[in-house]
Amino acid sequence: MAKVAYYPGCALEGSGGPYDRSTRAIVKALGLEMENLKDWNCCGAMEVKNVHPMLQTYLSARNLAIATEQMGLDAVMAPCNGCYHNLKKAEFELATSEDALNTVKDLAKKSDDPEYTGDVRTLHLLEWLMEELGPEGVKAKVKNTLKGIKIANYYGCMYTRPRQIFPEKDQGPGSESSYKPHFMDDLLAAAGAENVDFPLKTACCGGAHTLSDADTSTQLVLNLLQAAEDSGAEVIATECPTCHSGLEMHQVRAEKEFGIKTGVKILYFTQLLGLALGLSPRKLGIHENVSDSMDFLKQRGVA
Amino acid sequence: MAIHEKTLIEPERILQHDKLVVDGVDVSGHWNTMITPRTVVDYDDDFEATIQKYTGGENVHRCWQCGSCTNSCTMYAQNTDFNPRYWIYVTRLGLKDEIIRDKEIIWQCVSCNKCTNICPKDVRPEGVMKALAHWLEEEGITDKTPSTIFDEEFTEQIYARGRIEDGDVMKNFFKKTGQPLMQPWLVEMIKRMVRYMPVAHLMRMGTNTVFKPRTKSWGRTGEVLQEYVREQKEAAHG
Ligand code: SF4
Ligand code: SF4
Repeated sequence: MAKVAYYPGCALEGSGGPYDRSTRAIVKALGLEMENLKDWNCCGAMEVKNVHPMLQTYLSARNLAIATEQMGLDAVMAPCNGCYHNLKKAEFELATSEDALNTVKDLAKKSDDPEYTGDVRTLHLLEWLMEELGPEGVKAKVKNTLKGIKIANYYGCMYTRPRQIFPEKDQGPGSESSYKPHFMDDLLAAAGAENVDFPLKTACCGGAHTLSDADTSTQLVLNLLQAAEDSGAEVIATECPTCHSGLEMHQVRAEKEFGIKTGVKILYFTQLLGLALGLSPRKLGIHENVSDSMDFLKQRGVA
Repeated sequence: MAIHEKTLIEPERILQHDKLVVDGVDVSGHWNTMITPRTVVDYDDDFEATIQKYTGGENVHRCWQCGSCTNSCTMYAQNTDFNPRYWIYVTRLGLKDEIIRDKEIIWQCVSCNKCTNICPKDVRPEGVMKALAHWLEEEGITDKTPSTIFDEEFTEQIYARGRIEDGDVMKNFFKKTGQPLMQPWLVEMIKRMVRYMPVAHLMRMGTNTVFKPRTKSWGRTGEVLQEYVREQKEAAHG
């Protein structure tokens, strides 16, 4: 099993704390090996590219270079869709544009940062788990099946779009699909969950405007919550801290400001997987979620 | 969903008469609505080139008007006046007034990239939306939008420390946009969040807002990047 560099990014160190906690817990329980990316910097999230796209490319290249040059690792694993997207975008740009590569090299020299060589790949946590264990490997470790809990798997925008920057997706059987992603579905099904047919898997939660255009974000989140309920889901499983906090925040806002209450629970897929592996809710940070699912999980015998 | 196109007949050009006589003939009834002719004289030949100089607008010239962007657009589904294909069209024609007419909604693009994903010509419409929004701001046609203020706050923290701090971004954003920090729904959310949270975790979150997270090896990186962006913007916009 190959060791990867773990890139939590700012979100997992901040509001996505429960995602970080549950990721570390399941990685350990599954016997995988990762090492924190040394002294990483922010990937620029969705914001800095609007100031200048090279800024984004450089920030990501710097992180990737730390993995290869300072840690001797050839894969960086990011559980956050935003981080994953930005690292992939940088990989794509630097592989296809010599201009971009020269600019990055030049900026690294001026800043005294490690130099990007391109001998590195980026993996989303979902991809890493699929690569190392796959559904069968996970199934073998399940202690407490999620037995029939109905789950809507929500992947959001940045894990799949734009597809140009993910050349390994849409490569037929076994590969991830950018149109109808299924890795999270596969892993949770292996843990016993019943995945519902959720049509808004890759719809947008309005995360870019969570605060700057809250009405739009609330509307988009309501679409997701209501569509999930309509598909018979009890839980929305998330794999991105921005989607997750967006869903939680705007579920509260819809209730508080517009009187629209939705009952679907929101959990990181790592928390669900962790419960199936027999880890305690506290270890998985379930008490740190805004959306309170403890009664539900107890009632279903998994917590 | 049906494709709705934007009408080019603005309400002020529609003339309606209860009774209408043209050259001595009474045409009242079916013929009582007239549209004043539209002659476009206010186009700007250089507008496309101007937008291409903004980040994201580089490929606007490639559009062949297939409409896929609008058809897939998240914001269009919320409001049919939000129409990337149309804005790209009028940008290419140099009809700045048409862009200005929609200045209040262009910035609402949520960057979901459905348009960029589907566009057969690699126009990257999401980038064009940002370019148009920035043009509107820089020309002084609109105030800085909340979205730009958010982006800038974020970038400043990265220049300074290499990392951002969630709480700090939120606090500074509300301050810069003149909004109260204690929005009722945020208070409710925080209440729900801290309900079962261990004290140690709350303390860590609190300490984070005082001792801001930073990249230790950040060194001169922030300054170098800031300088690079300044040079690039000067070269593009003078
Ligand atoms: S999808 Fe691309 S080519 Fe088609 S109308 Fe939109 S920008 Fe133009
Ligand atoms: S990125 Fe913006 S313009 Fe493109 S589909 Fe999404 S909301 Fe529409």
